[in-house]
Amino acid sequence: MRAYNLTHLRELESESMFVLREVAAQFERPVLLFSGGKDSIVVSHLARKAFWPSPIPFKLMHVDTGHNFQEAIEYRDWWAKEINATLVIASVQESIDKGRVVEEKGYNASRNVLQTTTLLDAIEQNKFDCAIGGARRDEEKARAKERFFSHRDEFGQWDPKNQRPELWNIFNGRKHIGEHFRVFPISNWTEMDVWQYILLEKIPLPTLYFTHKRKVFNRDGVIYSVSDFMKLKPEEKVEERIVRFRTVGDMTCTGAVLSKASSVEDIIAEVAAARTTERGSRQDDKRSEAAMEDRKKQGYF
Amino acid sequence: MTTKSYLDMELLRFTTAGSVDDGKSTLIGRLLYDSKSIFQDQLEAIENTSKQRGEEGINLALLTDGLRAEREQGITIDVAYRYFATPKRKFIIADTPGHIQYTRNMVTGASTANLAIILVDARNGVVEQTRRHSFIASLLEIPHIIVCINKMDLMDWSEDVFEKIKSDYTSFAAKLDVRDIHFIPISALKGDNVVDQSKNMLWYNGSTLLYLLENIHIASDVNHIDARFPVQYVIRPYSDKFHDYRGYAGRVAGGIFRPGDEVEILPSGFNSKIKSIDTFEGPLTESFAPMSICITLEDDIDISRGDMIVRKNNKPEISQDVDLMICWMNEKPLQLNGKYSFKHTTREGRCVIKDVKYKMDISNMSRLADDKNLSKNDIGRITIRTTVPVMFDSYRKNRITGSIILIDEATNETVGAGMIV
Repeated sequence: MRAYNLTHLRELESESMFVLREVAAQFERPVLLFSGGKDSIVVSHLARKAFWPSPIPFKLMHVDTGHNFQEAIEYRDWWAKEINATLVIASVQESIDKGRVVEEKGYNASRNVLQTTTLLDAIEQNKFDCAIGGARRDEEKARAKERFFSHRDEFGQWDPKNQRPELWNIFNGRKHIGEHFRVFPISNWTEMDVWQYILLEKIPLPTLYFTHKRKVFNRDGVIYSVSDFMKLKPEEKVEERIVRFRTVGDMTCTGAVLSKASSVEDIIAEVAAARTTERGSRQDDKRSEAAMEDRKKQGYF
Repeated sequence: MTTKSYLDMELLRFTTAGSVDDGKSTLIGRLLYDSKSIFQDQLEAIENTSKQRGEEGINLALLTDGLRAEREQGITIDVAYRYFATPKRKFIIADTPGHIQYTRNMVTGASTANLAIILVDARNGVVEQTRRHSFIASLLEIPHIIVCINKMDLMDWSEDVFEKIKSDYTSFAAKLDVRDIHFIPISALKGDNVVDQSKNMLWYNGSTLLYLLENIHIASDVNHIDARFPVQYVIRPYSDKFHDYRGYAGRVAGGIFRPGDEVEILPSGFNSKIKSIDTFEGPLTESFAPMSICITLEDDIDISRGDMIVRKNNKPEISQDVDLMICWMNEKPLQLNGKYSFKHTTREGRCVIKDVKYKMDISNMSRLADDKNLSKNDIGRITIRTTVPVMFDSYRKNRITGSIILIDEATNETVGAGMIV
């Protein structure tokens, strides 16, 4: 390293730690949204670094669709123990049972959209005033305009046309009662940054990210894992393929890629050569050109 | 890109400013496209949209239109951030719209930038917008400016046109506080001198835009002289292993801190010595901006968020009266004698607007001493009186300890961005 000059990954790391410390200082009941995916794993790792030698001063919350990969759930429980954090689980199944939301029907039914209600209910019930997320601005067009500190009104909605200006590294987290904030500490990271950082910091990941044999089927060009949560159409065939996942989400909308990448180094080589974005294997974004924008306005992650 | 080179990259943050039709979105699209930062699915999406609209070829500008309203109206509403990397550097672009009413967005984008790209349409030369953008870049102390003279293809790739604009710009820029200005003739549409050297302008033997972005010297943009550490959060583990541990977490805002340094705590004025600089990985022998660290001191002093740790022999100003250049960002104009909340580093309090000295006419950089009304997108010089002492440097000396924001106490909105004079 050159004298008194940080490399870009260390500068991003420092920026994210600064943001996490601002959250702890400015909010009374923050919570870290934890999905078991690599981005929220990195955020929780950064939180561990930011507050060391204290434990992380907020809880982790998982919005559980009930349609998760078993590996992601196992990892979630193990990692929470590993970093000495308390885990809160907000269940979409409970929201369905209570009649708060109605399950979608048909072959492409997904609980992905339903998560928004469960999330907002959990924020309200637990009186969380700030939800920390692992979203990045490079992921999707609507996210490119997101602030680090993103204000939500009392309905949990995002108003992209009326965002607070965010200057220098001064973050304004003031709000009225009933409003809350979403904070995105790794806003400025790209997918490549996240992977290189995982390698640099030797952060353990769920096995789903690495190559494995899996029973899958193909629907509209997306490779889905066979599960109890998706009904096969008559013409769809179950095959065994060598795959891995680039993102970890709800099983009904997360597609696999054919890959033999068995280490973080292999994945980095794959990401470098990739010709589609990681959200390219997410069916939820393909519903319309403004799909993410609409979901974000309603209070999605 | 190998992992080794990736770990050795620097970060450059830049902002782009230009009027509506200067080709700014095309330029950014071109940088992303030619540096191979665009994925196949993104390209297919904009190809489809271009075709639907009946446009010829791929409209690269579509890559940067984020929100539905913008796509429909073909305008940019807000600051958008874009990312790309080459083997040398990672880049963060703060892409801001160029209309007059968006001064506040430009200020926002400029506040974190090391470099500004200012686009000039070769057909129009230096216009009011150019002067406006340049003034903002200078006010925000962006260390480097690259003036891209675009649409050279429409001016027959003429060297005379380029030289004329360059000389016009240079003469007006003499009034600005910018240390480093570069000029490049480009065609964002055709790609000349953006990533690849132009074959149409052999008379130009300077660097391409990307080459300059990759190589411009940015290591000395950070203040490594005046040691400043705003305390952000106090770390008290109360665990058996760290029973009496009391650490001050924060991000170094300037200078170098080492264990053993004699320090003073502001505003209390207590003296102590740095015992250790801690991180998750272990203690450090030195730290500098912009590192996030945790400092412990030899003495047990009452220190909290908003205090500042500095070297004993190099102190910032400490005062309740602060002079600022302010950019007003809210529909509701600034109120003389009005009360606002402020945030400065990690410190906050309330303040009253004591005086509006003048408003700037940013089209010609003159001072309007008779006009003291600062409305949205106006910039002016004001004096505030704060309820608590503020420890600051001039913005020129340190962008972190020299910047301040004002907040409306009723709406909680950020209404003003101040640069301490």
